[in-house]
Parts: sequence; structure tokens; C-alpha cells
Amino acid sequence: MATMPDAGRDFDVAVIGGGLMGSAIAWGLARSGQRVAALDEGDIAYRASRGNFALIWVHSKGLGLAPYSAWTMRSANAWTEFAGMLESQTGIDVAFDRPGGFNLALSEREFEARRDLLQRIQDQRNMQRFEFEMIDRERVKQAIPQIGPEVVGASYSRFDGHCNALRLFRALNTGMQQLGTTYLSDHRVERIDYAAGAFRMTTRQGEVHAGKVVLAAGIDNVRLAPMVGLNIPVRPQRGQLIVTEKTAPFLHYPVQTVRQTDEGGVMIGDSQEEAGADATVGLDVTAVLASRAIRIFPQLAGLNIVRSWACLRVMTKDGFPIYDQSTTCPGAFNASCHSGVTLAAAHALFLAPQIAAGQLSADDFAPFSSRRFDVQALAA
Amino acid sequence: MFKRLQPDAAGGAVTVFIDGKPFAARTTDSVAAALLAADADHCRTTPVSGAPRAPYCMMGVCFDCLVAIDGVGNRQACLIRVSEGMRVEIQRGKRTLGA
Repeated sequence: MATMPDAGRDFDVAVIGGGLMGSAIAWGLARSGQRVAALDEGDIAYRASRGNFALIWVHSKGLGLAPYSAWTMRSANAWTEFAGMLESQTGIDVAFDRPGGFNLALSEREFEARRDLLQRIQDQRNMQRFEFEMIDRERVKQAIPQIGPEVVGASYSRFDGHCNALRLFRALNTGMQQLGTTYLSDHRVERIDYAAGAFRMTTRQGEVHAGKVVLAAGIDNVRLAPMVGLNIPVRPQRGQLIVTEKTAPFLHYPVQTVRQTDEGGVMIGDSQEEAGADATVGLDVTAVLASRAIRIFPQLAGLNIVRSWACLRVMTKDGFPIYDQSTTCPGAFNASCHSGVTLAAAHALFLAPQIAAGQLSADDFAPFSSRRFDVQALAA
Repeated sequence: MFKRLQPDAAGGAVTVFIDGKPFAARTTDSVAAALLAADADHCRTTPVSGAPRAPYCMMGVCFDCLVAIDGVGNRQACLIRVSEGMRVEIQRGKRTLGA
């Protein structure tokens, strides 16, 4: 990996975290002309990124925070340009496709609950409304003939899509280094010191100095935030995933909990458990995932599963992202969110340039400050 | 390409169909061994690049011997014993949901 003599370890900005979040931000910062150090942990890191489902998903997000819906839509709309930029720079096709996404209901009750949820999202104050459809079984079957007899209908929105997240990760990592970013693996940050307008990151492999720092370390942001005067209350949430052997293309739309990758494997996922820091696979949960997937697509029962795995994803108290900048340590920023693939375009193209300029705009980011969790501050 | 070490050894024969063509295999053959004895130069093409593959490890590890057997795709030919009338198809690219 790229290493440099200590005397050379001076950067405009250090991004702590080398997953999808940190990589999207680091790539965006490098595009903005910054000299960037990307500090990653080793292979044993929890890495929420490995639990991604590769959806660019819009239509059921944002109940309780309308600006989150708008931020998600803005990112999804920027994804075409984002994927094109990555491909023209690195030659890596991240297989972005936006055919629209379905969420299939297995009972009338699920169908009505879905309609109610989506309508409540649209009916919020300050909502930038967009169209979605509740469609019946026959119309679902026209688009996806393989649905099972229990499927009664679906919600559908043309704004949803998916990508190949492994190639997205590779494109960002390759792209940031082509733009001069120094990628430092196995550089867990033990402490951050702020003095005289600069940050000193201490790692077991030496120190890194930078004028700005971005915390993009997933659940480790909890530990790092107080070092720069921030408070980032996030917790791990376990997710489990299954992938089948590659099979001929049959599913041309992402179906929220089931999707067929561009290379043919079928991913099944979207479990959510409160399991603390336990990232082990539980057969009980994967069995539920598999049986529900088979009710949706009975023919999946004949496919072999080639892997199942678990991950710890990042969850905030209200499920919405936290973006903040420190008032006591100017130049320190954080980004914590659950949807690192959907929001990758926004992080690279909208967030990173503002960090490069040293200031988050209140218009874009005030709704996402962790101050929303601070009752005393809100009452003051 | 391959020759049997004991061409005259005792052991009954079964007929399997490789892409529809009958072949006299031995009852003790795995499907992969039968394919090699039948001079099949490949048993599948890969799902992404389409490169040809033939049985390699012969012990269930490499997954290069995947074929469709009796209508089910992605079966490991080296782990399955031949049986009378078995239909073995060279697998071209990805298996389908049905096969």
C-alpha cells in the first residue's frame, strides 16, 4: 500500500474510514483539488459497506424528515452522471441501472400498510412530492412474470435503481488514487489532536497531519467524534444477506429485498436486528429471509446458496443521516448514514465540495445536524 | 485425451446421454470421469466471460465441472455417480431458474 515518509504526511484533508462513505467523500474531495489522505482500518474492521444491498432506493424513505427524502432523490438523480464520471475516469462500469423499483406485498394487509406509509411520506409538510404507484397483481406480473401466487400487488416508483457495489467500491478506490489521494490501509486512528488550525491523527504506523478531517468511520464515529468536539450517537444494527449461484437473467427490477445482480447472482437481504457488536450469521434469520424470498419467487427454491453473511450497519436514533461540522475544532466534519450506496453520488458531488471549501451550507445540512437529538439545545 | 488405466477391468456399463449422444460409462464412474472418458473437451462455459472449462480437481472443490444433469443446472459432475439413462448437458453460461 501507499506509504510515505512522515515528513511528507501533510494533507489538506484526512478522511477517516475507507468504506463506501469515506471513499465517496475522498474521491469527491480529490476531484475538488484537495490533497487527500484516506485512512482505512485493516481487514478486521466491522465495515458496514460489506452489508450493502447495492440499491439506489428512494420511494419509501423519509417519513419523519422530509429533507431526507429530498436529499435521497437528489443523490439518485445525480447517479447517472456519477456513474458516468467514474467509468470515464477509471474504465470501471459500476452497472448503474434505474428501471424503477418494486416492493411486493404478500397480503392485502401488507399492501394497505405500504400504501399508507408511502402516502404519509408524501403528505408531510415541506415534502418535495414525487409520484409512486400502488399496482395490482396483474400489472406486477406483466413486469415480473415469476412472482408467486401469494403476491397480491406492489408499490412501484420509477426513481429506484441499483448498481454493482463491488465495482462501485473499486472504482472509487482506484479513482481517488488516480487523483493523487494517498490511501493508507491498516491505519486505525487512535487519537485526533487539534491545535492551531490543524489536525494530528495518531496511528500505530505514525502520524498524519491535515488541515481538515472528515469522520466517515461508520460506528467508530462514536469514539472519534468527541476528539473533535462532535457528538455522533450511532449504533450498530445487524443485517444478514444471502447470495445464490449465478443464474440467467430473470429479474430486471430491484425488488427491495431481492435483486439479481448484473452478473446473475440473486441477493436476498434486508434483515434488521439489534444485536450489539455481534456480526455472526444466525440460521434462524437467514431461514426467514430465504422462505420469504421463495414465497415471492417460488423458482428460487431450486437455486443453490453460495454465501450468506452478516454485517453491522450504521443506525442513528431516528434512522436519518448525521452531517455536522465542529464549532470547537473548525475543519472537522462528520458523515454518518445508513444508505452509503444511494447517497454515494450526493456525498461525492455535493457534500465533498462543501467540505473542500471548509463550510457546510445550512440550506443543505442544517436538518441533519446531531443537534436534533439535543433537547436542551433545541429548547434554548 | 484420457485413457482408462485398466481398459479391461470388470464392471458393468451404463448408458448416459451427453448432449443427447449415448455413451457407455462404467457403473463406478463419476459424471466427470465419464465426460473425460468420452473425450469431452469442456463441460461448461463460464457465466461471465464464456470461457470453456473442464473437470479439474475431481474432488468437489473447484466447481469447474458444473453441468446440467437431468434438467438441473450447476451440478458438480465429479461428486455424482452415473446412472442408467442419465441426461448430462454441457452447461453454457449461467444456469436458468428451471435448469
